[in-house]
Parts: sequence; structure tokens; C-alpha cells
Amino acid sequence: MSGVAVSKNHEDAPRAQDDLVVLSGVNKHFGALHVLQDIDLTIGRGEVVVVIGPSGSGKSTLCRTINRLETIDAGTITIDGKPLPAEGRELARLRSDVGMVFQSFNLFAHKTVLENVMLGQIKVRGTAKAEAEAKARTLLERVGVAAQADKYPAQLSGGQQQRVAIARALAMGPKVMLFDEPTSALDPEMINEVLEVMQQLAREGMTMVVVTHEMGFARSAADRVVFMADGRIVEQATPEEFFNNPRSDRAKDFLSKILHH
Amino acid sequence: MFDFLDSGQYDLLGAFWVTAQLALYSAIGSLVWGTALVAMRVSPVPLMRAFGTTYVNLVRNTPLTVVILACSFVLDQTLAVTLGGKDFEEVGFRLAILGLSAYTGTFVCEALRSGINTVPAGQAEAARALGMNFTQVLTQVILPQAFRAAITPLANVLIALTKNTTVAAAISAAEAAFLMKEMIENEADALFAVFGIFAFGFILLTLPTGLVLGWAAKRLAVKR
Repeated sequence: MSGVAVSKNHEDAPRAQDDLVVLSGVNKHFGALHVLQDIDLTIGRGEVVVVIGPSGSGKSTLCRTINRLETIDAGTITIDGKPLPAEGRELARLRSDVGMVFQSFNLFAHKTVLENVMLGQIKVRGTAKAEAEAKARTLLERVGVAAQADKYPAQLSGGQQQRVAIARALAMGPKVMLFDEPTSALDPEMINEVLEVMQQLAREGMTMVVVTHEMGFARSAADRVVFMADGRIVEQATPEEFFNNPRSDRAKDFLSKILHH
Repeated sequence: MFDFLDSGQYDLLGAFWVTAQLALYSAIGSLVWGTALVAMRVSPVPLMRAFGTTYVNLVRNTPLTVVILACSFVLDQTLAVTLGGKDFEEVGFRLAILGLSAYTGTFVCEALRSGINTVPAGQAEAARALGMNFTQVLTQVILPQAFRAAITPLANVLIALTKNTTVAAAISAAEAAFLMKEMIENEADALFAVFGIFAFGFILLTLPTGLVLGWAAKRLAVKR
């Protein structure tokens, strides 16, 4: 078992003013399905929280409620002290501060890689074109796809597309990054190149919420592991604690299924 | 067989030129109006959606002849809306463009809506997640991809529009069908030639449209 490469002060409890994302009493239904049940979760500034759990446990939905791609039925979500506004200009502004990386990449198919990373800067931030391009090229360099800048997304491998998607989100200078199963749609040999970029982000102190099935990433990069099942947060702990000494039966059962075969 | 053309009595090229102009201006008008309609139909504002849906279903199910005649009788002769046209023919020409755009816009709207349906939901989600507002999501991400996916159905609409311009003859726009009516009356002994000329003229106008846009549809397809 690898040690925790990144550990950021999870011994001292995060102070209230350092809470970046706070969910309290969040409930959501999809028809008859109670997909999120009384979720209370606080994510501190600079913290890396990995959300794991079986399929259908509501972890993706949880991730998507944080920038209101999914609405909630009850409860409150605040980001940097401000409650999530209703649809409109305020919400757009808030979303521009919350980076999101999707399972299916969702790069704009009609724009080149470079244009993908520039679009938000120009249209949402009002950045000058030259400046946006410079920043885009720097970010593409950082995620290792600078050579592909003028290609279209369909010409790139999945791993490359996902790294561009990370660059696109970073271009907005987000306060927090949400990753919704970023490696689930990738061929096995491409998973690491994406995880490495995420590891690097974590080391640089980015606040991250990562929904994933990559237990290796959870062990090495997470400050905290949140385990969800049936729409509830069943257990939260540091990665060592969670993987070595899961407290709940549900977590023990889940871990026994994924770790031993 | 085609001797009657030598008399100089008929301005065939002029008439087809009017047809081409009618088609071009109406195409631009219906493209703009159709885009506005589809924006309403997918907008988050219920009133806009209701207007778009009602308009499209009302107008596309009304015969074009009724729309064009209404433009002439209601707008021009009752309400004195002439759109700045000076003589009878000019007013007819301008009102025909208005009527054709109002009518064809509904088909452009629906072609574009089918184009929008080819754009994966994730594209709009990614755009919203970046902080774009509805207009930006639509104009920067959805419509550019929808237009490219809708080129083939839009070509169909354009071909239908070109041929529908003949209805404008009913309100005296001096286009090809208007001349044809005149020639049928004067050249009753050469009916086959007359019909042949006009059928061929329209093929000359619409065949290249279909070929060029068919090529463009392949060329501009968004690769996923």
C-alpha cells in the first residue's frame, strides 16, 4: 500500500471561515427514488475530497448539485459563504468559479482544443483574445497536450480529451474543481495520464471534489474519503482510516468486493 | 418549337431573375426568422416557448397561397402596409418575401430543432458549467453544431422555398410563374415547350442548391 503522497492538515479541523463548500440537509428525489438523503458535507479550502461508493449511490448527483447542474428539493448549498442562487446571471457567475470535469469529457466538438480552452475566458470573463490564447497554451502545456492545440476533440484520444477538459476548467481560475468520474470512460492505459494531472493539481493546493472508482487515487491524493451508499453519506474518514479500518458494514462489504479478487 | 422566344416579347431571364431574388431574400428572411423561432422554442421562458410552438403549428399548417394572399389583401389592401414598394409589382414582390419568410421560417425552425437534437446534452452542460448564460450557450455551442447537422434538411427547405416562390404570382410579383401564365395564354400551340422551359429553369435553380449543400453537409459535419 502506497503512503499518502499528499496530506494537508486533516488533523486540525478546518475552521469555519475556511469552509469553501457547505452542503447541509440536502435532499433530492428522481421521481420515487430518493437519490440524496440528508446530505451534510463540508469541504475546506484546499481540501481534496474523494467520493466513492457503489453505482447508484448518488455520488455523481451529489457532485452535480454543487454547481446546480442538478437542482435540490431541500437543504442548502453554499460556496464561499454564498448560497447557490436560482437560475440566472448570479448562478452563471458562480458556476464560472466552479470548474467541472465530466465523465464524457464534453469538449465542444466544433471547436479546436485551443478554442475550447479560450471560449470561457473570452465569453464569460471578457478576457482579451491574445491573453486568453496565452493562458490556454500555458495550461495545455501543463496538462501535456500543447502539441494538439489546433486539432479537434474527435482527433484526440480519450485521455488527451480529458486533460484538455481539465485545462478548459482551469482556464476560468476556479475556486474549486468538481470531477464527476473523470476516468470512467477511459481505456485503462489512459487513466494514469489523467490521474497524474489531478495529482499535480492536488499538490498545488486546489480544492477538489472527486467522484471516482480509482481507489489508488483516493489513497494517494485524498485528504478525506466520503463513502456513499443508497443516497446517504455512510462514512467519512482519512484514506488510511477508511481503507484499513472501515467502520460501517456497508463500506466493508464494498471494499471487500473491489479490493479482493 | 421555341420560335416564340425569338419575338423578344418575353423576358424569360428577367422573370427567372425575379424568382432567384425572391428565393434569395426569402431564404435569408426565413433563416433569420427560423433561428429566432427555434431560440424561442428551446428557451427557458414559458411564454416564449408557447409563442414559438403556437406560431409554428399555426403557420406551417396554413396553405402558402392563403398566407401570400393574406399578405396582399390584409396587409396591403386593408391595412395599407406596402413595405415601401412604389408600384403594384414592387409591393407584390416585397409582400411575397414577407409571406414566404413567415411561412418558410417555420420549416427552418423545425429543421434546426432536429439539428439541436443531434447535439449531446453534455455540450450544453459543459457550457453552462463554464458560466455561460442561455444566449451564449445557444449561440456559441448549440446552434453552430445544430446548423451543421441540419444542412441536409435545410437544403430541402431551400429547394421547396425556391419552388414555392411561384405562389407569389398570385399577388403579381413578376416572377417566372407569372410569365408562364402569360405565355400559356399567348402560346397555346406550344404548351409543352412552355412547361418544359419553366420546369427546366427551376431545375437549373434548385439542382445546384442540393448538390452544393449536400457537399457542404459532408464537409462541415461535426466529428464526434
